This record gives sequence, C-alpha cells and structure tokens, in this order.
Amino acid sequence: MEKIQVKNLVKIFGDNPKRGLKLLEKGHTKEQILAETGLTVGVNDVSFDINANEIFVIMGLSGSGKSTLLRCLNRLIEPTSGEVMLGDSNITSLDKKELRDVRKHKFGMVFQNFALFPQRTILENTEFGLEVHDDITEENRKEKSLDALEKVGLKGWEDKYPDELSGGMQQRVGLARALAVDPDILLMDEPFSALDPLIKREMQDQLLDLYEELNKTIVFITHDLDEALKLGDRIAIMKDGEVVQVGTAEEILTDAKNDYVREFVQNVNRSQILTAEDIMIKPEELLYENDGIKTAKYKMKRNGLSSMFAVKGKRKYRGIIRLENLIDAKKEKKDIKDLIENTKTARPDETLDELFGDMADLDVPLPVVDEENNLLGIIVKGTVLSNLAGEDD
Amino acid sequence: MELPIGESVENFIQFLLNNFEPIFDGIANILGGFMEGTGDFLLMIPPLFFIILLSGMAWFLANKKVALFTVASLFLVFGMGLWQSFVKTFVLVIVATLISLIIGIPMGVLSSKRKRLDRIVTPVLDFMQTMPPFVYLIPAVMFFGIGDVPGVISTVVFSMPPAIRLTKLGLNQVPEELEEVGDSFGLTPFQMLYKIKLPLALPSIMAGINQTIMMSLSMVVVASMIGTKGLGSDVLNGIQRNDIGIGFEAGLSVVILAIILDRITSSLGTITQRKKA
Ligand SMILES: Nc1ncnc2c1ncn2[C@@H]1O[C@H](COP(=O)(O)OP(=O)(O)O)[C@@H](O)[C@H]1O
Ligand SMILES: [Mg+2]
Repeated sequence: MEKIQVKNLVKIFGDNPKRGLKLLEKGHTKEQILAETGLTVGVNDVSFDINANEIFVIMGLSGSGKSTLLRCLNRLIEPTSGEVMLGDSNITSLDKKELRDVRKHKFGMVFQNFALFPQRTILENTEFGLEVHDDITEENRKEKSLDALEKVGLKGWEDKYPDELSGGMQQRVGLARALAVDPDILLMDEPFSALDPLIKREMQDQLLDLYEELNKTIVFITHDLDEALKLGDRIAIMKDGEVVQVGTAEEILTDAKNDYVREFVQNVNRSQILTAEDIMIKPEELLYENDGIKTAKYKMKRNGLSSMFAVKGKRKYRGIIRLENLIDAKKEKKDIKDLIENTKTARPDETLDELFGDMADLDVPLPVVDEENNLLGIIVKGTVLSNLAGEDD
Repeated sequence: MELPIGESVENFIQFLLNNFEPIFDGIANILGGFMEGTGDFLLMIPPLFFIILLSGMAWFLANKKVALFTVASLFLVFGMGLWQSFVKTFVLVIVATLISLIIGIPMGVLSSKRKRLDRIVTPVLDFMQTMPPFVYLIPAVMFFGIGDVPGVISTVVFSMPPAIRLTKLGLNQVPEELEEVGDSFGLTPFQMLYKIKLPLALPSIMAGINQTIMMSLSMVVVASMIGTKGLGSDVLNGIQRNDIGIGFEAGLSVVILAIILDRITSSLGTITQRKKA
C-alpha cells in the first residue's frame, strides 16, 4: 500500500483565489485576507505524510478546515495550490478520467450525516460504489456487499430501508458501502459525531476491530479530542486552516507545541490515555535472587528503601523483598530466595484508569512486566499524580 | 402612435411560414397521422376491453378504489354516448403529455445544470403560462391549419412548463451530500444523473407529469375552437346550440378523465419513492 503525502496544500474559497495566494505568501492571516478580499482560506499551506496502514486523525474545532483538507485528498474540493501524492502518483495532476479511477478503487468515503440513499435498500446502498465498477458481475457485486455488511455487523438487514435503522446502524451501512469497494484508504469525515456517546464508543471499538482485521489506511476527522486520542496512531491538530501539530497521542498530550494545542489538551481525562508504559520509571536498583541477605540489607540502606524488587537473571521478575523480613530472617539462610513475596503487577498497555484499583491499596510501587515476565519498570504513586496534573517531567 | 409589436410578431410568424413551411407540413402530417391512427385503433377495440384495460392499469398502479371508479365512470361515459369523443380526447391528452415530457424533462435537466440557460428558460416559462391559452391558437392555426394537430401543439405549449419546472426543482433539491457520495465513488456526470439525481427527483418529476396532464385537459375545450375533435368539441357544440344537456355530459366526461389520470399518476409518484409493498 502507498503512503499519502500532502505538500504545501492551500485551498482558498471565492472568486479569483490566486489573489489570496499572493497575500498568504506575504504572510497575511486568514482574517486579514477575508477582510481585504472576501476570500476564505480553508486550508493554509499544509504539509504532512500519512503512513500506509495507519489511522491518521485530523482534529480541530468547527471551521478549522478539516473537511476541506480531507476533500482535497480525493479532490472533491480542488486545491488552490500544492500537491497530494499517493505513492508515486500525483493526485493533483490527474485528469478527470484518471481521477475517477482513483476515486473508484483507492478511496472509500464515509460521511457525517451518513448520506445514504433513502429509496435504496440497505443492500442496494452498500452496492452503490460497485455499481460503477465495470469489471464485476452482478453476483460478485452482491457477494462483496453482503460480505461488507457482515463485517459491520448488519447481516440480516439487507432488505430494510435506511429510515428503518438507528443512526448507528445507518453509519454502519455508510461504512459498509465504503468497504465494499475494498479501497486502500478510508476517508471518514466526522463519521461518529452525529451519534450519541454510547453508540459512538461502540462504533469506535468496531472501527478499531475492523482496522486490525483489514489492511487499510484510515483518515479520520473529528472535533473530539478523546476520539482522536483513542483512534489515532497519529493526530494532526488544525486551527484556522493550518496544521499546528502532528504527532502521536502521547506527543500531543505531553509535548504540546503551542498554547492552542495545550488548551485543547487540557480538558482530556489523561488517566484514560496514559498507560503504564508512559508513566513507569526505572527502578533505582534491583535485588537478584541470589543476593545474600547482607547484600540485600546493604542495598536497601544505601537507597533509603524499605522494600525492593527482586529479579532472576538479568530482569525476570520474581517479587518483592521487605526490609522487615530481611531483619527477621534466620541467620543460616544464605540468599533471599525464600523471602520473596508475590505482588500485583501491571502490563505496559494498561491505562491509568485500569491501574487505579490496584494502586490504591498498595504501600509499595507497582512493577510493570511484559508477557515474558521481564521487569520493564515500576510505577510510583507520586509520578502518577504528577502525570495526571499534566506536568512534564 | 401605435407600437408595432403585433406587427413584428406577425412578420416573424410570416417569416417562419415562408421559410419553413415544409417542416411544419411534415410535422402536421406525421403527428396528424399518428393521432388518427392511434384514435382509430383505440376505437376499433371494443369499449369493454378498453375499460377493463384502463381499470386494470388503475388497479396495478394505484389501488382497488381507483380501479372501481374507473370502471363505473367509464361505463357512464359510454352510456352517455360519448365514447368516441372520450377516446379522441384521451389520445389528445396522452400525445400532448408525451410530447411535453419528451421535451420538458430534458429541458428541466439542462436548466438545472446550466444557470445561464435557466435564466432564459424561467421567464419564457412564466410567459408561456401567463399568456391566455387562446393566443396560442392563432399561430398554431397558421402553421398547422385546423384540426387535431394545432390543438395538440398549442396544448403542448401550454402544458409543458410544469414538466420543466418540476424536473428542475426535483434535481436542484437533491442534497449536495448525496451528490458528493457520487463524486467520491468516481461517478461520471451521466451516472450521477441517472443513478443519483433522477431517482431522487422522481417524486417531483411525477408531480410535474401529473400537472402537465391536468393542464392539457384544461386545454381540451379551448383546442376544440380550432377544430380539434373530442369532448371539447361536444362542449363547444353545447354552447353554440345552447344545449345545456350535451354540454354538461361532455364536461362531466372531461372531469372523469381528469380524475382517472390524476389518481393513476399521483399514486405513481408515491410508488416510485419506495418500491416496497
Ligand atoms: N464551499 C465553500 N465556500 C466558501 N467557504 C467555505 C466552503 N467550504 C468551507 N468553507 C470555509 O472554509 C473554512 C473551513 O471549513 P471546513 O473545512 O468545513 O471546516 P471543518 O470541517 O473543520 O468544520 C470555514 O471557514 C468555512 O466557512
Ligand atoms: Mg467539517
């Protein structure tokens, strides 16, 4: 699959948009240009790459240019200047027929208000895109459409009409219609914004499942930061037609490039986003299960700790040793093996939300271990709190 | 002083006549022949058979009630001895409607797409509809003589506007988002028209067809003034002979035809919205 490259893309709405282009080059802002010429800058000199097979989220407030940018990718809106590359082919220079072919085979689009055809059944709606493919038989078309409907969980609804379905189900049809043509790239313009929160979450989960299962690039628009953080491998934040930051959820949260992003991010519930991996720290020192009791006592004293984690070999996690147990231990014991206590552990991808329960009744840090039981790090209550407060470390 | 508007129109018509006479004659011959042939054919088949056919259509396209009404009312027409006139008027209305649609729907499609064409078409339509229909009779006679053909032509001129208007309206009402769906899946402009726009505009187009039929019916009596045969000429006879009886009977038959065609076409509009039972 090919990656998408957006290079210096500009879209200006209005008559004679080239005028606005000159003003933009001179550094005039969107507002100035609107005041001076009546032209609206939809997208202002945007460049970024979308990797193959990632979920790329474009986020921003209403009117920030998200829809315009998305539509420039398949030229539903003709860019005023700049380039969109799909692999080696320059989308912006295709002629009408070539463009239609790219739209037919490469892109599938999902719309905010579902945009289903009211007079077509669910199956007929799903078949829509394939109806203009000429290399496909009617049977094959039906088969692919039924398959797509099954993927989105609408098997059995083929003969209903859109107005007989709930909003969530209608959007599933919208998704099935896009999937039926088996495009490389899904363009989704606020597909879940019209849905109520519970349904929305369900749809997000389903989209993630489908994403795992299918091999697709998804460009997803939202004005909802939680949604962006949940879905996006990478997120582009837009303001007034410009992309102000592109990065992973983590980068956006912890390393806001400017006040605008920082403000946007402030309201997120970080505990749902940050994972054990994000907040764990390196333990200062570890005990090895072959350490003698004396060594252990010494290490604890040196670090000023009343307990330490013990590993086997280089870093296979074994458990915790408490100072009081060392003190009580019989003199004849050579090493600390028998004094190791089991503790709760966390997986690196568990969110803080999920960890709170475990952390609450622990008087010691929480070790983070991977599937092979390697100790990756530890979580100390103090760091948890500072992370929630949003401080950079 | 008098402005020479009437004169210039006359000159223009005369110019057309002088230069395109063969064309008008050709149209007159073909159309006249077609209408006469259709009328003769319909009159050849037994009235009972025709009644059953029309009621069957009513049943299939509308419902049982309309079908029953069709049977009863057509027997009434037959009983009043107006069958021949009825069939002639039926042919006139159908032919005029077909011509109106064949020209009107494509015109509607074009003017929905091209703003400049629309700016010309709209005032012309307004003009066509506000002009008293009698006025069309004069040039119609000049071009096509008297008889059925000028009747059909002036009926077409009078009844075509709603076909154009409502086609245009229906197409313009297609939500932009649905057109965007078409674009996003790579449809050609023609595919866009027949896969998205026309199906969605169909209820409006059907309303246009319905109105066109009703307008052609309203021309029936007017057209009889230039020799178009049918129920209209019966009404005219009633007027001329001061015979309220025949006038009423013929008028009633026009109403019956209007009701039948209206019911059938208006239910066609709702059927096309959803083909589900
Ligand atoms: N067809 C258009 N004509 C003129 N201005 C437009 C058009 N489409 C969008 N805009 C303007 O471009 C800007 C970006 O709009 P849009 O991309 O729809 O934002 P978003 O999807 O982020 O809400 C807005 O200021 C909007 O008013
Ligand atoms: Mg938008």
